[in-house]
Amino acid sequence: MYKITYKEVLNKDVELMIIDAPLVAKNAKPGNFLIVRVDKNGERIPLTIVDHNENEVTIIYQKLGYSTKLLSLMNAGDSLYDVVGPLGQPTHIRDVKTVLGIAGGVGAAPLFPQLKEYARLGMKVDLIIGGRTKEHLILLDKYQEFCDNIYCATDDGSYGTKGFVTQVAEKLYQEKKYDLSIAIGPLIMMKNTCAVNKKYGVLTDVSLNPIMIDGTGMCGNCRVTINGKTYFACVDGPDFPAEGIDFDELMTKQNYYKEEEAHICRLKLEKNDED
Amino acid sequence: MKIDRVIMPVQEAEIRKNNFEEVALGFSLQQAKIEASRCLDCKNPRCVKACPVEIDIPSFIKKINTESIEEAYYIINKSNILPAICGRVCPQEKQCEGACVLGIKGDSVSIGALERFVGDYALKESLHKDEKIINNNIKVAIIGSGPAGISAAASLRRMGYSVDVYEALHEFGGVLKYGIPDFRLPKDIVDSEVENAVNLGVKFYKNVIIGKSLTIKQLFDEYLYKAIFIGSGAGLPKSLGIPGENLTGIYFANEFLTRVNLMKANRFPETPTPVKIGDNVAIVGGGNVAMDAARTAKRLGAKNVFVLYRRDMEALPARLDEIHHAIEEEIDFRLLLNPVEFIGEKYRVNSVKCEIMELGEPDDSGRRSPVGTGRYKTFEIDSCVVSIGQSPNPILKSTTPELEVDRKGRIVVNDHQTSIPGVFAGGDVVSGAATVILAMGAGKEAAVEMDKYIKSRGI
Repeated sequence: MYKITYKEVLNKDVELMIIDAPLVAKNAKPGNFLIVRVDKNGERIPLTIVDHNENEVTIIYQKLGYSTKLLSLMNAGDSLYDVVGPLGQPTHIRDVKTVLGIAGGVGAAPLFPQLKEYARLGMKVDLIIGGRTKEHLILLDKYQEFCDNIYCATDDGSYGTKGFVTQVAEKLYQEKKYDLSIAIGPLIMMKNTCAVNKKYGVLTDVSLNPIMIDGTGMCGNCRVTINGKTYFACVDGPDFPAEGIDFDELMTKQNYYKEEEAHICRLKLEKNDED
Repeated sequence: MKIDRVIMPVQEAEIRKNNFEEVALGFSLQQAKIEASRCLDCKNPRCVKACPVEIDIPSFIKKINTESIEEAYYIINKSNILPAICGRVCPQEKQCEGACVLGIKGDSVSIGALERFVGDYALKESLHKDEKIINNNIKVAIIGSGPAGISAAASLRRMGYSVDVYEALHEFGGVLKYGIPDFRLPKDIVDSEVENAVNLGVKFYKNVIIGKSLTIKQLFDEYLYKAIFIGSGAGLPKSLGIPGENLTGIYFANEFLTRVNLMKANRFPETPTPVKIGDNVAIVGGGNVAMDAARTAKRLGAKNVFVLYRRDMEALPARLDEIHHAIEEEIDFRLLLNPVEFIGEKYRVNSVKCEIMELGEPDDSGRRSPVGTGRYKTFEIDSCVVSIGQSPNPILKSTTPELEVDRKGRIVVNDHQTSIPGVFAGGDVVSGAATVILAMGAGKEAAVEMDKYIKSRGI
């Protein structure tokens, strides 16, 4: 069992947990992820290792489907059934001088360890962060510790620019140049960001979070087509250069179990709410 | 008087194709005794030599004759701590039963069914003998809790070693858990027989991925293991490498079977992991995994399940029993067809295009090789399960560059010793995907080599 040592509600949709998992923390590097199961029959949920110390790992999750909602019912002091990792390739640190992080929604969580690593290595790091409303801009205070400039965008205009991160990026590229951009967020946001960056000649890395079962290269559910070649996000990624990724294929895959997800949420969670 | 081979009762096909309960129901004591009485108790038993773990087959069968089932169990247990599993999934027709003298002129003794009978009896009666093990307090690590790992672990423990088994997944048993369906091997049987190793004093740790959570170097330097056995199996799916293979609706058998076997997706929404296949399901491949996938798809409610195989019926590599069961369960075999393209709309697969094949000259395997005719046939499908084989799991190699593997990703060994001193390997990670019992045999032999290695270094 893996004890939750700390839990923080970041906004009504997103929460942070620190979990005691020494063997996950021991060899964890920026870019790695872990898989958690809440209970005995739990789904295997892949989540980025946002931060870690000697014995503990930090995860941030959005209460989107049944299993993340179930995870959200757990509190500090409770224990999770399974936590395994670190999985995936660590972030491939590129030899660049200026980096622009672009985070969409809860994508700010997987972006965090990568950007922090670039800053730690002495690169100049800026951030564009977007979300639905002001409260959906997570980890702002933590990013402030190492980012030179932070640009915010919200869908409703409640903070920063009203609009998408891509609009902020386009404007920013008029006056500043970056060697590399790391874009992490919903697939459509990464796809669009990639297109804008290409227009301005900015190299883009992304981090993918497809559906996975084992996370160790066995099931192949997480396969992604890049320039016609197949990669497994779990063992070859989850970070990839964005150029050539078939985002539309990934979006179809991501939605494959949407009905089942809605069904189990209705069946099990809403019923609980009524009780 | 000649006694006919006793046929094991099975669940009716009409009923079983709608459930995940075990197909083969096992012998009663009476049936086991009749079958056991057929054994000639040969002076020079060929069956024992044909068994990869060399179970003393005539001796345990004799004990069934006298209704000393407990003693029969302890005879098997000395060589194989997983009899209820092996009795179910071993290809006995190629091993012990294939060598049985009775088989020359008639039907061999049903050794597998008898082994299963004894194994099941032991589980039901919770038989377990306290073995005298003299601890030598030397630590060894086993990577992977599948058949190879469990077998190596049990052998090493019996020699007195302190044995720790590391498993990457959240349950123990490896392929026995994620690969083989419940209707062939109920999972509670796997748990109970893994418990046999626990009773010997073997320690099991789940959720530890060697190469990631801990490296081989850390196992030696920080955890002070004196030798390590790699039995990480063959879990990397092979792809067809044809256009459209990444369309949604196309599964590798590993994913499909893992969803159902390990994650219990057949019980969704009682369990939270779903699986979705639709009405028309194509299975590509003709091995045991393809049969498992086809029969699983049927049980999930698919209306039409068909196997696409590029050779003919005779060349199907699956066990005959499994093929018969599949036919009884209305699995359709569409032969001499080789998929060349998946076609879809909006990234969802809707059909598979196959080239019609004919049989040409024999190939390396001795079977006539399929040759394309240039004519094609297209089938409408809702989903497809690609079941054309697995390669060794690549994680350990990718994080342990000094571990030598061949071009197929198999660990290269010499007397089970890998290119890293003190690191041994066996099972599918060395042989490529094979059988449970061959992996167990390899684990057992590797244990002997590990013991020699440790002793030779005067540890």
